[in-house]
Amino acid sequence: MTAAGPAYRLGEFHRFDGGDRPFLYLVPAGAIFEIDDAVSAVLAELEAGECGHEELLARLSGHMPANDAEELLGELFDMRVIVAPDTVREPLEAPPADFPLQSLVMNLTNQCNLSCQYCYEFGEDKVATPEGKPKFMDFETAKASVQFLLAESTGRKAVHITFFGGETLMNFPLLKQVVTYANEQATAQGRTIDFSLTTNATLLTPAIIEFLSENRIGVTVSMDGPAELHDKLRVFANGQGSYSVIEPRVRALIEGHRTRPITARVTLTNGVTDVVRIFRHLKQDLGFHEVGFAPVTTSTNRLYAIGERGMDGVLEQFHVLADEYLQYALRGEMHGFSNVSDTIAELYQGVNKSHPCGAGLGLMGVGPSGDIAPCHRFVDSDTHSLGNIATGVDREKQSDFLTRGNINSKYDCHTCWARPLCAGGCHHEAFVRYGDTGHPNLHYCDWIRDWTDTCLRIYGAISAQNPEFLVKFAERKAL
Amino acid sequence: MKHLRAVNRKARRLEDVVGLQNQGPQQRPHIPMGCALAFSPGWEVDSAGGTAGLCQPVERDIYDCYVTCFWPAQVPDHLNNYPDWASKCASATKDWRNLDLVFP
Repeated sequence: MTAAGPAYRLGEFHRFDGGDRPFLYLVPAGAIFEIDDAVSAVLAELEAGECGHEELLARLSGHMPANDAEELLGELFDMRVIVAPDTVREPLEAPPADFPLQSLVMNLTNQCNLSCQYCYEFGEDKVATPEGKPKFMDFETAKASVQFLLAESTGRKAVHITFFGGETLMNFPLLKQVVTYANEQATAQGRTIDFSLTTNATLLTPAIIEFLSENRIGVTVSMDGPAELHDKLRVFANGQGSYSVIEPRVRALIEGHRTRPITARVTLTNGVTDVVRIFRHLKQDLGFHEVGFAPVTTSTNRLYAIGERGMDGVLEQFHVLADEYLQYALRGEMHGFSNVSDTIAELYQGVNKSHPCGAGLGLMGVGPSGDIAPCHRFVDSDTHSLGNIATGVDREKQSDFLTRGNINSKYDCHTCWARPLCAGGCHHEAFVRYGDTGHPNLHYCDWIRDWTDTCLRIYGAISAQNPEFLVKFAERKAL
Repeated sequence: MKHLRAVNRKARRLEDVVGLQNQGPQQRPHIPMGCALAFSPGWEVDSAGGTAGLCQPVERDIYDCYVTCFWPAQVPDHLNNYPDWASKCASATKDWRNLDLVFP
């Protein structure tokens, strides 16, 4: 080996074009830079392999004066676009051990009036073990939960409660009590608290809608599209579809609830993959403000699982809506396809996640029994319990959950450029697929990379052609 | 910067940080670092010449000799030749099997 001063190789980044301009997404920082021709020339030289400093300057001499080339290399080296050949990946810092809670998901009941086959709480892949536990949360447990949230969220001015189920509205009387109680408690401490809920919409009444609107409670409706798609799996116990029951209620909700945007959350399953048609129905026919899609969480052999070909089709249709999103954004309008807005919001900040989500960290779930879980999906599961509202968080279990879920111990992810946003994917999905919450979700890697690239292209195009649009994403969701 | 245009928040933060770094080192008092100054018992044998009575298990040397300051104990030289020896062992309780032998 000849020792001839510093040498360079390419750093870790993903190249993409947006609005006909070239960009770099720097991993693991999560930074996005637009690059010029000089940078492209350096990258082209280093694509063939590593190269010494002097040699690289010589090769660039055709493109620019020596001084400029020196400055250019300095700039790229500072930003780690190019690095020394023996650079190794630095592990991410662990989040602080006393990370303050931001959101609490309260499962007001584990009962539901629907029998959707794919339900992660009742379906074949369920992790919940509700036997012998209360079916409805009582006011004492709810009060203790609110106190828990306020005590564990030291330093935060605003905190959040999400009401969940089962079917949340089966325990609406408690929801009302909690809103009043939590507001009193937060106000007494000079803090604010806001609320949201997820519902299947079957039990909405004008009085409930009025209450939700008056109290600025955000609403997400679980809904899978027009009747023949929605009714495939979202059924009552007798097998009858729920569309005709919820359709008038959803319309009344969107009409009557004016204080917060109303969101639809679609679960994609085998045969329910017509994304564009579902989007048009929910957004244009029913008038939801935002519509978000996610493939069902399932082990591979379930009948309702989407096969690989099905997922390719889903992705194609995501692209159609993503193109539309861009056209809207360039005109300064919101399109309503949540999957793009959520990703753009994270790209705008440049997040670089140690964990795929806030579960067990800034977010926890609490069940009717008062058992604490990493998130709503693990509520009522003895295996995943992180303690009880009466006795506090079991720090040892929490630490085990967070160590497993940390990107540092997901070795498959260390070579993936999409890891700043994905961080291995949903803990619950990982458990259902691989039996370990810390296992990376390898079954959707290609899909995540394709989708992240799509959103980066949109981001690049917007930043080039209508950068003011991005200011909408300046406010962080969790502060 | 002339050739890279920051288009998200993280990129702008990187620019700020690098700008500060490039101001050059400030004069600070010299503080030697390393295990000799750290109160980190457990390096020697106990009074009976064994390792059973140490206040920390000898296995902890792997941490101190590898991570905080390289001391040629029975761990690979991560400063020069094996920089990624422990990169598949982020959680020792779970992944200690990934700490492999090296053959120089």
